Amino acid sequence: MTAQGRIVWVSGPAVRADGMSDAKMYETVTVGDSKLVGEVIRLTGDVAFIQVYESTSGLKPGEPVVGTGNPLSVLLGPGIIGQLYDGIQRPLKELSKASGSFIGKGITTTPVDMVKTYHFVPVASNGDEVLPGNVIGTVQETDLIEHSIMVPPNHPGGKISNLVSEGDYNLETELATVEKAGQNVPLKMYHKWPVRKPRPYLKRYDATVPLLTGQRVIDTFFPIAKGGTGSIPGAFGTGKTVTLHQIAKWADSQVVVYIGCGERGNEMTEVLVEFPHLKDPRSGKPLMDRTVLVANTSNMPVAAREASIYTGVTIAEYYRDMGKDVVLVADSTSRWAEALREMSGRLEEMPAEEGYPSYLASRLAEFYERAGRVRAAGSPDRDGSVTLIGAVSPSGGDFTEPVTTHTMRFIKTFWALDAKLAYSRHYPSINWMNSYSGYLGDIAKWWGENISEDWFSIRNEAYGILQREDTLKEIVKLLGPDALPDEEKLILEIARMIKIGLLQQNSFDDVDTYCSPEKQFKLLKLVVDFYKLGQQSLKEGTPLSAIRELPVVTLILKARMNIKDDEMPKLDKLENDMKEQFKNISGVKVTN
Amino acid sequence: MTTKGGVQYSKIAEIKGPLVVVDDVENAAFDELVEIETTEGERRLGKVLEVGNGKAIVQVFEGTTGLSISGTSAKFVGKVMEMPVSKEVLGRVFDGLGRPKDGLPDPIADKFIDINGEPMNPEQREYPKDFIQTGVSVIDGLITLVRGQKLPIFSGSGMSHNLLAAQIARQASVVGTNDDFAVVFAAIGVQYSEAEYFRRSLEESGALKRSVLFLNTADDPAIERIITPRVALTVAEYLAFELGMHVLVILTDMTNYAEALREISAAREEVPGRKGYPGYLYTDLSTIYERAGKLNGRKGSVTQIPILSMPSDDITHPIPDLTGYITEGQIVVGRDLFRQGVYPPINILMSLSRLMKDGIGEGSTREDHAEVANQVYDAYSRAQEVRALAGIVGKAGLTEIDLKYMDVGEVFEKEFLTQATDENRTIEETLAILWKIVSKLPKNEITKIKDKYVDQYYQGK
Repeated sequence: MTAQGRIVWVSGPAVRADGMSDAKMYETVTVGDSKLVGEVIRLTGDVAFIQVYESTSGLKPGEPVVGTGNPLSVLLGPGIIGQLYDGIQRPLKELSKASGSFIGKGITTTPVDMVKTYHFVPVASNGDEVLPGNVIGTVQETDLIEHSIMVPPNHPGGKISNLVSEGDYNLETELATVEKAGQNVPLKMYHKWPVRKPRPYLKRYDATVPLLTGQRVIDTFFPIAKGGTGSIPGAFGTGKTVTLHQIAKWADSQVVVYIGCGERGNEMTEVLVEFPHLKDPRSGKPLMDRTVLVANTSNMPVAAREASIYTGVTIAEYYRDMGKDVVLVADSTSRWAEALREMSGRLEEMPAEEGYPSYLASRLAEFYERAGRVRAAGSPDRDGSVTLIGAVSPSGGDFTEPVTTHTMRFIKTFWALDAKLAYSRHYPSINWMNSYSGYLGDIAKWWGENISEDWFSIRNEAYGILQREDTLKEIVKLLGPDALPDEEKLILEIARMIKIGLLQQNSFDDVDTYCSPEKQFKLLKLVVDFYKLGQQSLKEGTPLSAIRELPVVTLILKARMNIKDDEMPKLDKLENDMKEQFKNISGVKVTN
Repeated sequence: MTTKGGVQYSKIAEIKGPLVVVDDVENAAFDELVEIETTEGERRLGKVLEVGNGKAIVQVFEGTTGLSISGTSAKFVGKVMEMPVSKEVLGRVFDGLGRPKDGLPDPIADKFIDINGEPMNPEQREYPKDFIQTGVSVIDGLITLVRGQKLPIFSGSGMSHNLLAAQIARQASVVGTNDDFAVVFAAIGVQYSEAEYFRRSLEESGALKRSVLFLNTADDPAIERIITPRVALTVAEYLAFELGMHVLVILTDMTNYAEALREISAAREEVPGRKGYPGYLYTDLSTIYERAGKLNGRKGSVTQIPILSMPSDDITHPIPDLTGYITEGQIVVGRDLFRQGVYPPINILMSLSRLMKDGIGEGSTREDHAEVANQVYDAYSRAQEVRALAGIVGKAGLTEIDLKYMDVGEVFEKEFLTQATDENRTIEETLAILWKIVSKLPKNEITKIKDKYVDQYYQGK
C-alpha cells in the first residue's frame, strides 16, 4: 500500500504533506503535479515531512504526494563508469536532452542505458549453488573495467538454472534464474541498492598498502592507505580542488568516484573536458574509462546535495565488491553538512554548534566508516577497497569549526592546507607541521619491500630537518639569519631544498604532475645525502657559501621537472655529480 | 517588471519587518509573485517565501512602511517574478526591480523570463578559456580574467575598487575578435555618486549604448536588493545565450545584498549561522555567482565581476569567505598599497584567478606566461619576507641576495602594479615588465622557469 497524500505546506526544499500514514521513513515520493522527486525525513501522525530534490518554485498546497514504496536507491550495473550523474543518479547528459542547457524539473530517466548490450562471459554453471555476492559472469564495461555480475547482496541465493551462454545481452535480459525453496528469482546484469545502507562484505582488513597518488607531499610525507580515510581542509584559494583533481587523476586505484558536492559547475566541466584526454599512467587508457562523476553543484537543489554523498559511496562499494580498489573523492563535505543544517533548520530542530544539527558528528562517522579494505562476500575470493577522501571548507579558514573538528575524529590522514603557503605560491599548500598520517607505520613495510629498506629512516630524517627548521625560523625572525651558526644555517638551506625540490609540485607541468615512488625516493635520498655531505664538509672547514653555490643545487631543485620517471639513471648521475662536487670543495679553507 | 494576470485577493494577518503574513490563502504557490495594494491605491511587489495551512508568508520588496492590517490586501499573481527582455534593453536604465528609471516607456518584450533562472547543467557548460585583455597589467599578467569566469573584487570601504571595475569595463576586449560585447551593471545599495560614476564612465567611453544599468541606490528599499542582481543576470543571460553577446556583469556591492538577506532571515526567526547570516547564505550566493559561464553550442558568455566590501577589511568575514568558495578566484584590494597611493592597489599574494591556467599560454598570450608569472609571485612573496626582516635587523643585516629581492619589490610596485586609470597596456607590454622584474634576480634564483624561456627572455647579468 503506497501512501497518497496532499501537500499542506511548502518552504524552499521542505514540504509537508498530510494523508501520509502509509509512508515509511526515507521512502522516496513524487511531489506535486510536476512529479518532483522527494524523500520522507520525518513522520508525525499522518503528516510527512519531505525533502525535495528539485526546485519547488511554483509548488502549491493541495497538490498530490505519492509514495513509491522504495527507499532512495541507486541502480548498479554496467554503464556507470564514465557517467556524470546528479545527486540522485540521474545522468546529466540525459537531463540535457530533456531540458537543454539548464536543468529542468520532474524529468525521469534511467541511470544507465538499459538496452545497450555487453558481452557476457559466464563463470558459473547451471546447477551451481550460489550465495549473495557470488560472481556469475563478467562483462567488459570499459577498456579498463572488467565488470563482475554478482548475485545481489539482498538476493536469497540458491540453485542456478537457465544460465545464458556467452554472448551479447542488454541489462534487462534474464541471465539466469535462481531457485530456492521452490521460488524462482531471476538474475539480471543490474540490481538496485538503497544508498543509506552500507553494502555487506565478509571481513575487513587493516589498511597496510599505500594508495600511491604520485604527489610527493602525500606519498612520502603524509601517506594514505588503500581503504583508508583522509581529509583535506583549507580556506578558499588554498588549492583543495587542484589537489583532489590530482588524486583523482593519478591514484593507483581501478575506479575513481568524484563527487562535486555543492561546488562550482565549471570544476565538473573541467573534469569532463580533461579526463577523456588524460592517460592513466599505468594502462595508457583514458582516465575517464575508470571515473564516475556525481555532480550536485552549489546552485542545484540543496537536498540532492545531501544525497549525492550516499549515491557516490554506494557506487564505490559496488565496484569494491568486484575486488577493485576504489577511491572516492568528495568536494566538499562542508557543503553537505550545510545541506543537513538547512534541512534541520526547516524541521525546526534544536541546533547544536553554529546552527548545525546535533547529529552532524554521527552522520560524518557513518560516512567515513564506509571506507575499508575488505574481502567481498561470495565466491570467488575478491579483495577490494574503498578509500574515502573528503575536502572540508572551513568558514574563514578556521579549523576549529564544527565540520573540521568532527571530521578529524573520524579520519586518519589529515592534509592541512595553509593560506600562507598558498599566498606565496607554495603548491600543494599542505602544511607539513599541521598535517599528519595515521598510516605511516602501517605502510612503511610496503615501501621497505618495494622501493628501499631505507625509506622509513630517510623519510624521517627529512621530516626531522623540516621540524628543526620550523624552530630555527622563529629565531631568524627575531634576530636575523646571521645569529645562527653555519651548522644551523645549513639546515635552513636543506629545508629550502626539501620545500622547493620535493614538497612543491607543479600539477600543470607535464613531468612534475606525477612522480613515481622510485623518483620520490631518489629525490628524497639526494637531498638527505646532500645534508650529510654538507655537514661533513662544514666540519672539515668548508665555508657554507661554497656549499650553497655548488652547481648541483639548482639541478637538484629542478630535477622534479627536468627528469622524467623513466630517466632514473639521470638521478643516479646527479648523485654522483654531487659527491664529486663536494670532494672538490673539501679542503677549501676559509679566507679572510 | 510585469504584474499582468491576477488571481486572488486576501487579507493581511500580520506585518513584521519586511514580511507580511496573508490569511485565507487558497491557491498560492511557493515563490509566486504577490501584489500588495493599499486602500490609497499604492502597489508594492512581493514574493511567497512559505505557504501552507491557509497562510502565506510574503516578503515585500519595497518594505512594509505605511502598510496597515485593515488597509492592505494581497493579490497572488499566479506566476513567479519575470523580467521582460529584448534587444531594446541595451542603453536603458532600470530600478532595482527592473522597472524603467530613465523616463522612457517599458521596452517591448521579446519574451518574459523567470528572474531566478535555472541551474546550468554542468554537462552542457563549456569550460571557459578565452583570455580577456583588460589592459590592467596586474590582472592580465597575474590574475588573468577569462570569458565566462566569475572573479570578484574584494575591497574595503573607501578604496579604489570602483575605478578599477570601471577601467576593466571600458578596456575589456578579447584579442583578435570583434564579437558583440555588452556591459550589465547592477548597483546594489551603493551611494548615488558611485552609481553615477559608473554611468558617466560608460557614457564617456561610448559604451553606454551597449550597456544595461540596474540601480538600487542606498536610499532605495533594502529588500529590493534581493531582486536586483537576479534581474540583471536574467538580462545578461538573455543577451549572452539568446543574442550571442559577450556580457560583462558588474555587481556592486554584494555586501549590501547579503545584509538584505540577513534582514529577511531575522524577520522569519530562522536559526542564524555565522554573524547572524542565514545558514543558506552560501547556497543563496551560489544561485547568483553560478549564473556566470559559457554553454556548449552557444556563442555568448556571461562574465561576472562582483564587488564586495569586506567589513573591517576582514577576508574571513562570512560574505567574502563564502563568495571566495564559489567564485573562480578573487582580486583583493590591499589597504597598505592604497594608503601608499598605489593604483590599482592589488594585493597579488592574496589574489588568484583559478581559470588563469587555461586562458594563457601559447596561442592566447604567450608560452612563457605561466612560468614567468609563477616566478614573479614567488619573488614578490620573498620580497615581502625580506621587507619584514629588514624591519627588524635593518637593511645592513640583509644578505646580497636579500637586497636583490628588495629591488624586485620596488620594481614590481612602481612599474608593474602602478598604472593610470586610462592606461591600456597590451599583454606584450605586461609580459615585458614581468621579465624585467625577474631579470633583477641572478639566474640561479630562477627555479620556476624552464631554461629555454630564460635563455630567450632573461635580460639580467
